[in-house]
Amino acid sequence: MDSPLALAERSLLAPGGLSTHDLERVFSRVMAPSIDAADLYFQHSRSESWVLEDGIVRDGSHSIEQGVGVRAVSGDKTGFAYSDDIVLPQLLEAAGAARAIARDGNGAGKPLSIRGTRALYPADDPIDGLDNAAKIALLRELDALARSLDPRIKQVIVSVNATHDSVLVAAADGTLAADVRPLTRVNVQVIAESNGRRESGYSGGGGRCAYRELIDSGRAHAWAREAVRQALVNLDAVDAPAGSMEVVLGPGWPGILLHEAIGHGLEGDFNRKGTSAFAGRMGDKVAADGVTVVDDGTLPGRRGSLSIDDEGTPTHCTTLIEDGRLVSYMQDKHNARLMGMAPTGNGRRESFAHLPMPRMTNTYMLAGQRDPQEIIASVERGLYAVNFGGGQVDITNGKFVFSANEAYLIEHGKVTRPVKGATLIGSGPDVLTRVAMIGNDLALDEGVGVCGKEGQSVPVGVGMPTIKVTAMTVGGTAA
Amino acid sequence: MTADDSAAELDRLAELAEDVIRRARAAGASQADVAASVSSGLAVNVRLGEVETVERNRDRGFGLTVYFGQRKGSASTADLKPASIEATIAQACAIARYTEPDPCAGLADAELMQKDFPDLDLWHPWQLDVDRAIEIGREVEAAGRANTAITNSEGASVQGGDALGVYANSHGFVGRERGTHHSISCSLIAGKGDAMQRDGWYEYVRDARGFPAFAAIGRKAAERTQARLDARRLATRECPVLFAPEVARSLWGHLLAAVSGGSLYRRASFLLDHAGKTVLPAFVDIVEKPFLPGGHASAAFDGEGVATRESSLVERGVLQRYVLGSYSARKLGLQTTGNAGGVHNLVVAPGSVDGAVPGFEALLRKMGTGLLVTELIGQGVSIVTGDYSRGAAGFWVEHGKVAYPVQEITIAGNLRDIFMDVQAIGSDVDPRSSILTGSVLVGMMTVAGE
Repeated sequence: MDSPLALAERSLLAPGGLSTHDLERVFSRVMAPSIDAADLYFQHSRSESWVLEDGIVRDGSHSIEQGVGVRAVSGDKTGFAYSDDIVLPQLLEAAGAARAIARDGNGAGKPLSIRGTRALYPADDPIDGLDNAAKIALLRELDALARSLDPRIKQVIVSVNATHDSVLVAAADGTLAADVRPLTRVNVQVIAESNGRRESGYSGGGGRCAYRELIDSGRAHAWAREAVRQALVNLDAVDAPAGSMEVVLGPGWPGILLHEAIGHGLEGDFNRKGTSAFAGRMGDKVAADGVTVVDDGTLPGRRGSLSIDDEGTPTHCTTLIEDGRLVSYMQDKHNARLMGMAPTGNGRRESFAHLPMPRMTNTYMLAGQRDPQEIIASVERGLYAVNFGGGQVDITNGKFVFSANEAYLIEHGKVTRPVKGATLIGSGPDVLTRVAMIGNDLALDEGVGVCGKEGQSVPVGVGMPTIKVTAMTVGGTAA
Repeated sequence: MTADDSAAELDRLAELAEDVIRRARAAGASQADVAASVSSGLAVNVRLGEVETVERNRDRGFGLTVYFGQRKGSASTADLKPASIEATIAQACAIARYTEPDPCAGLADAELMQKDFPDLDLWHPWQLDVDRAIEIGREVEAAGRANTAITNSEGASVQGGDALGVYANSHGFVGRERGTHHSISCSLIAGKGDAMQRDGWYEYVRDARGFPAFAAIGRKAAERTQARLDARRLATRECPVLFAPEVARSLWGHLLAAVSGGSLYRRASFLLDHAGKTVLPAFVDIVEKPFLPGGHASAAFDGEGVATRESSLVERGVLQRYVLGSYSARKLGLQTTGNAGGVHNLVVAPGSVDGAVPGFEALLRKMGTGLLVTELIGQGVSIVTGDYSRGAAGFWVEHGKVAYPVQEITIAGNLRDIFMDVQAIGSDVDPRSSILTGSVLVGMMTVAGE
């Protein structure tokens, strides 16, 4: 098989008649004595989606995006321009615009040297990897399965989508690296109706893998069952409680707690600027004993994984919190340089048309010793939340929310009634100090996460074992 | 881009769109439409008095939808080289071979296409260069940092942008649109360590002459940030909630989502079958006004070329209609309301249950003791059930006066009840959005805290 670099050169540079030698010419245009760093990010991206609704595969779409982003950095100043035409004249023009941030002198970048990478996923195009008839068949099967499970299911929406992304990064520090990134996803949403009450259920997942993997493993069908199960549970949900109480979070996707409560606050840019609630707290105790949290971009095939980040740095498994103590931030090259730290492979961008910044990959808490049943049994009155929608954080005061869409009351150590969706709110620097028990059941999410920051979306993963938090505010309506 | 070449650029986009439609038809499509666009802009961020980022944007591309009878296929590209255009047409047609016949698929009916294209005063290019943008950003941020409560800054951003778009379809409709949008924002931090708070302010206009004095933006950002210092939590309670205009518009956004065709035909709305029914108190009138000069969402035609028109959404508290494009309209057995792609300016008339038209101060007095919400976080809203639970920050109000800032609380209820419990809508309209509303006072919600 060809290397990602050979593939990327062929799809990104060759069509515009470019070679890596031309890239060195571009750097000589960008570089000046006052320019500390510069990079070029070439990208070609194909994506497709298919949607079934009301029993009809009613829509399919395909899109192509490509272009090159040029960045020049001088101290803490960044100039950025991009072009959707990958040819030398446009590239030189974008380079001129980006370097306008520094006005004089002339220098050159280092000669480019190829950075070998381990591949965490296949380079194959998932769109062509499964023929369209098979995608249609999958949609129909999942629709039929969901409807067959319960007569109260009145509406089923199934979609599949895939992206095939080729990127090539060339930087004035000599970096030349490429990555070819597949990403697939299946979504199942259902509406259940009973006695005039309507509830929805959603499930889905995916990863950096072929559609086939999602189908042959049985995961796609399991998501259809899961969506139905959730909708039916919610038909019986009573009002959620309001106020501060003990909260048990189930394994997997509830790890969004980590993403919101501490993940964003540990991104290098906010800490360099001193705008994060975690700024200047390196080495401090920010979580209970036994709490270890990592950001790991190296898990094969995971939605949040990358062989290299968008600056060409191989991704790492970075320990953020070790046994309760804050030990590392997540860094891109720019913020790492300004803070005198090493990049951690967290420099990511939505596309060539966006600037990279420190972003999470797969963020999870390591397993503890407790049996999950023992954790639930320890709660006299509280909430057991197992599924969530989105979340959000104010990184400066540390307040964060995440919204449960499947949760139950715990009464006298037992899970009793399901409750309606409710937002949970807490304080990032504080919430992990209240983790009283950690389960032995670490799970990662199914592969649905999308993280938004400063208007840019990137795919991410989260994970967590079952944990108990001694006090969190639950935003229900039942006092 | 300058004003002078926008007309020529629109002609080029129209030519492209018509050519693509012609070729899709030649490939066998019975109907086709194309949306093509070009946008460009400059964004500069200044932090602690120095330039932080300078970004130049130029985006272009088109999306094609083809119908082979009642089978649909779509494709889009950001690459306008002849080979890519050709490939995009082929992709859309290939997809339509696999999708299934949908009796509701197709363009909007030909007789509904807009024929008049008035100038809606949307085009005001800002001759903004990098040096000028930096100068403005510095002035804004410096004015904010002059406030001694301010300890740090996320900077001031200055952005200018313009967008050109053409929508064309195989009915022969070709609609051209051009518009500019410019913004100035400032985000500041007050306090230190655990006491840090961040807030800010922004202005968003179509015409840069509409900006207030630049320094005023920074000063307002600083005042808002300072006001959040020493925020407390609240004990869990039920109380009235006043949504400041900048957050009140989200409530109307939820109403729109619930009466949108997509939610209705999927039976995914708490307002199913509510046309003609009372959803708000009798003083509430909400009108869609597509022809507001300079409006943020003004447009003579919708995303399918259908003529937009001024039309009531809620009159005397009664839901007058849904918000439909042609597809959802056919699914529901109704006529499109010219809302493919959304509403074109929603104007919420101020008023109150007792007939007064209150300003912000009057609303505080009317609420007496309760919660003023100035920030909402999270997505805890279900349009299917109307269940509402979001993180909030703002101020505790006692006897009509702001007492102290509050944070780390949630507000919850059901939107059906929340809407029926609207006690007053202020005249303090926030002009920065296409949803034009003042503050909204809700009689009672559950506030969860300590």
